[in-house]
Amino acid sequence: MTHVPLVKGRSMHALLDVSGLRKVYEGSGRRVEAVRDLTFTVDEGELVCLVGPSGCGKTTLLKCMGGLLAPTSGAVLLEGKRVTGPPPGMAFVFQEYGRSLFPWKRVGENVELPLRQKGLDRARRRELVADALASVGLADAAGAYPWQLSGGMQQRVAIARALAYEPRVLLMDEPFAAVDAQTRADLEDLVRGLWRERGITILFVTHDIDEAVYLGERVLVLSASPTVVQEQLTVDLPRERDQLHTRVAPRFAELRTHVYEQIQAAKRGPAQEGPARLRDEPRDEPLRKVTGAGS
Amino acid sequence: MRGENLALGATGLAAFLALGEAVPRLGLVKEAYFPPTSRIAGALGDELADSAFWTALGDTLTGWAIGLAIAVGAGIAAGVLLSVVPHLRAATASTIEFLRPIPSVALIPLAVLLYGTELRSVLLLVVYASFWQILVQVLYGVQDVDPVAEETARSYGLGTWARVRHVLWPTALPYVMTGVRLAAAVALILAVTAELVIGAPGLGARIAVAQTSQAVPEMYALIVVTGVLGLLINVGARTVERRALAWHQSVRGEVAV
Repeated sequence: MTHVPLVKGRSMHALLDVSGLRKVYEGSGRRVEAVRDLTFTVDEGELVCLVGPSGCGKTTLLKCMGGLLAPTSGAVLLEGKRVTGPPPGMAFVFQEYGRSLFPWKRVGENVELPLRQKGLDRARRRELVADALASVGLADAAGAYPWQLSGGMQQRVAIARALAYEPRVLLMDEPFAAVDAQTRADLEDLVRGLWRERGITILFVTHDIDEAVYLGERVLVLSASPTVVQEQLTVDLPRERDQLHTRVAPRFAELRTHVYEQIQAAKRGPAQEGPARLRDEPRDEPLRKVTGAGS
Repeated sequence: MRGENLALGATGLAAFLALGEAVPRLGLVKEAYFPPTSRIAGALGDELADSAFWTALGDTLTGWAIGLAIAVGAGIAAGVLLSVVPHLRAATASTIEFLRPIPSVALIPLAVLLYGTELRSVLLLVVYASFWQILVQVLYGVQDVDPVAEETARSYGLGTWARVRHVLWPTALPYVMTGVRLAAAVALILAVTAELVIGAPGLGARIAVAQTSQAVPEMYALIVVTGVLGLLINVGARTVERRALAWHQSVRGEVAV
């Protein structure tokens, strides 16, 4: 028997508030409902992982949140303000680091470019670039071109660029899907470390269940397309996590199994009770739900 | 390998020159129309000593350079504008496809009517011929913008102008460079053609004068000069390309990581 705490009744003043988000792509006679009805919130300083079956509209959701795509209906609020275009308080880390970094600019210039657009003065820009590169362990790489670096290092540069931008919210779209397993483990620890040091709010999209449970303080399980929130659960693992011990902890296995089951259920179809609007439910309900077979 | 290639190239050229010397001497062709290499070389030496030759060379290069500069500037500006303003590209596509295939030499009567034998006649033809080379390359280059790079730029709040400058322009640059290289060659052809047919001052006009005055070796010497000019222009354009695109895959090659 596995006990998994479900998240209910979050605070009224969420940093990010996604309500009734729906996105329908129309074109060349085809109508694809990528996201049906998504409602959830992210609080200040949280690290939330979004996990779902492949092709479930995770990227669509993230792009809507980042102001890169206009939702068909529903809204994304950042600090109570509706997102209509890329907001200054958000930074994006893409899966395709090789295409997201500009090959015609050196690493330092890549990190600095958004700061120039922000209108920061030269000294401040330099300070931020050096600090961001140092905190991803690439202090010496400022003068190199991105294509001279390995894949993992390139993704570190992309993360440094996002950090230097000093965002309130960091949106990460399957950032480690294209790197090898060992690099991936390092980068996961880097993200957790940065989250703990800097207190940034991170929304991390992944298709990897283990990664979602290892990284997240909370995991949102999305259904298959058309997407709704299948389930939200709090990851009650200790704040200190490491690849060696956390991943073999019994609790980790329980959570991972639970998420896995949810994903399998999600693949079969959307949650039967319809879209989960858990935050609308009364706060004083028991925060535990019993799942799993057996007993 | 490089040295070997160089040696092979030199040998080939020497053989070609020797053939040019031997064929007329053996009487296989009439020497009056096809002088041996040594006489062409002699005539070339005379030309190089003549200040009128250098003036003609200067005129040709002036027409070439100004024409090319106008074509590059206008081609880039038009290409970026057509791509950035919505619907403009679709609205102009058919017109461009109609105007582009018109051979520049077909405009010679128009050029004569408008400007006679002035430099502007040459410029009209040079610009018309090289403009399309640039424009078409810019249009292709702009289409090549990576959607991920574009989204990255947008997500970091880069406005339209900043995206043109930092994303669109560097993406299009390899194409622009190819366009400039092609346009530089076409511009030289058209500059010489205009001088030859219209009589605007320059190497082309000098070739025409040599021809009408039966100075056959001089005529060949001038043709050789135009050939060397074309070669130098191509080498120069490639050097600029390599420097400007040091970051590009085609130049940097495979990088060991």
